[in-house]
Amino acid sequence: MASNDRRILLDFEKPLAELDSQILQIRELAEENGVDYSDQIYQLEARALELRKEIFSNLTPTQRLQVARHPRRPSTLDYIQAISDEWMELHGDRRGFDDPAVVGGVARFNGQPVVMLGQQKGRDTKDNIARNFGMASPGGYRKAIRLMEHADRFGMPILTFIDTPAAWAGIEAEQFGQGEAIAYNLREMFKFEVPIVCTVIGEGGSGGALGIGVGDRVIMLEHSVYSVAPPEACAAILWRDAGKSAQAADALKITAEDLQRLGIIDEILPEPIGAAHADPLQATEILKDALIRTLAELSSMGSQQRKDLRYQKFRSIGVFAEASLTA
Amino acid sequence: MSSLFDWFANRQKKEPEIQAQPERDIADGLWTKCDKCSALTYTKDLKANQMVCLECNHHMRVFSDERLRQILDPDSWQPMNEQLLPLDPLGFRDRKPYSDRVRETQDKTKLTDAVQTGLGKIEGNPVALGVMDFRFMGGSMGSVVGEKLTRLIERATQQRIPVLIVCASGGARMQEGMLSLMQMAKISGALERHREANLLYIPLLTHPTAGGVTASFAMLGDIILAEPKATIAFAGRRVVEQTIREKLPDDFQTAEYLLGRGFIDAIVPRTQLRKTLGQLLRLHQSPPTVPSKLVMHHLPDLKTLSSIEG
Ligand SMILES: [Zn+2]
Repeated sequence: MASNDRRILLDFEKPLAELDSQILQIRELAEENGVDYSDQIYQLEARALELRKEIFSNLTPTQRLQVARHPRRPSTLDYIQAISDEWMELHGDRRGFDDPAVVGGVARFNGQPVVMLGQQKGRDTKDNIARNFGMASPGGYRKAIRLMEHADRFGMPILTFIDTPAAWAGIEAEQFGQGEAIAYNLREMFKFEVPIVCTVIGEGGSGGALGIGVGDRVIMLEHSVYSVAPPEACAAILWRDAGKSAQAADALKITAEDLQRLGIIDEILPEPIGAAHADPLQATEILKDALIRTLAELSSMGSQQRKDLRYQKFRSIGVFAEASLTA
Repeated sequence: MSSLFDWFANRQKKEPEIQAQPERDIADGLWTKCDKCSALTYTKDLKANQMVCLECNHHMRVFSDERLRQILDPDSWQPMNEQLLPLDPLGFRDRKPYSDRVRETQDKTKLTDAVQTGLGKIEGNPVALGVMDFRFMGGSMGSVVGEKLTRLIERATQQRIPVLIVCASGGARMQEGMLSLMQMAKISGALERHREANLLYIPLLTHPTAGGVTASFAMLGDIILAEPKATIAFAGRRVVEQTIREKLPDDFQTAEYLLGRGFIDAIVPRTQLRKTLGQLLRLHQSPPTVPSKLVMHHLPDLKTLSSIEG
């Protein structure tokens, strides 16, 4: 499927695509000539699987970033629609805006009413422009918090899906208080009585991601990334050379494994071989199972205990030295 | 790592020294040139006017020690958590290793990191005060800044006193990666508890306040003050200009601009800051209404109280 679309083939996927097209050719040949090539096909498929496994288990941070930004990678709406029993999108921040870069609404998930929301990248160029490439404006963060407040009032758990390069940095974004909008969410998300699970499904771009990222559990899909600043911007500032973005991606520690090691995230969800875009259905199943399990864990706690743990979880993040001052 | 500790140990032995501001001092520092109107002023007079130019009213940069002297009642400052020192958890290296950068900055500024926190008094009113220092890697927020501010806010909640944070920061410290970003959430969580206890929080936004600081504690004040002409932004001017590919108006992202958009409460000239803070603290001094949740917790106390009264 996706791997046959050469236009959006990542560099390191090319050997795989070649194998795939070889397999396809032999299949066609077999059909035309009525010859049984199943042994050869079996061998090639086994080789393709091995190669796919090998390539995707050795991705550099920059390659991870490419996978996380893959145009065919399932988006927030893809996951919401696939994992919920029923779903209705709700609109608007009640302050004059309905930001298309953030989607959210009420849903039934595993039989339970919940609120789901997240940043939405476009599925094609036109859609991407309409959705501002998933870069939310203040109205997006205000829509998100309005939906979360709704969830809290009606006792619905909150599921957020993070997938954004960054918060939008345009003139209106500044004018309407991008900083205030994100800050407000960071504080208010500590208040909610209902369980909150945040999943980074693609790109976790700095404050723009964190603006819907304060949860009881923060989960990352295996090939997603989460970064304090876009590696390109970091390279431009610290290396004074935007071309050094590969070094920056390396140094910033943006992969799920690194972030789990640093205590930033709680869990990594393995992706299908070849990443989520290679098998969206399986990716959906993996995500759904994890969310069901996580919600069950969180629902077994009282709301005060959950809030205390949420506070402690973020409270404990940070690495520093504490010299003793006994003298 | 050990060298940081050594450095700190040495620092403890030294007498506290008054910070010079070499970039502003001309020759022997007797005279200071305004970086706006170029007027030369006798440094002593300028300091007496809190580094506000006597000719053009330009607010020159003031760093944390000077700021503490300007705001607080004399001898009321009790610093907290000076023993917290930055580490290099990512092994970060750009054109220079992060650990070298930190050490050099510490040597140059005699600061441990980009914020000083502690307890003090303003016109007799107790306050938990954090002052960021732009000299320390652009006032950037890493683990130490996050931890010191969080401890400060938690202490204020415990002692039921207001929090004042003087912001001066380019945002999250990239060299500590996601650990820095998460300090935004950590501090905001602590502010949520302080607020839940009906306590007052005032950020003072000074030049510049940007990025992750703007998108967290700078914008979470019950009352938000700013210094005249301070740049206050989420995304930096250059980033916005690159994004929209056009020039921005001159007053964009200034304190005056934010006041006009309703995001801050007042612009306070530095020479009136102490008086204004004193006034605000007094106005919010009366014991706040105890939230209903706390009343529930304290029910047994009420019984004790009535038995004493009876
Ligand atoms: Zn002047």
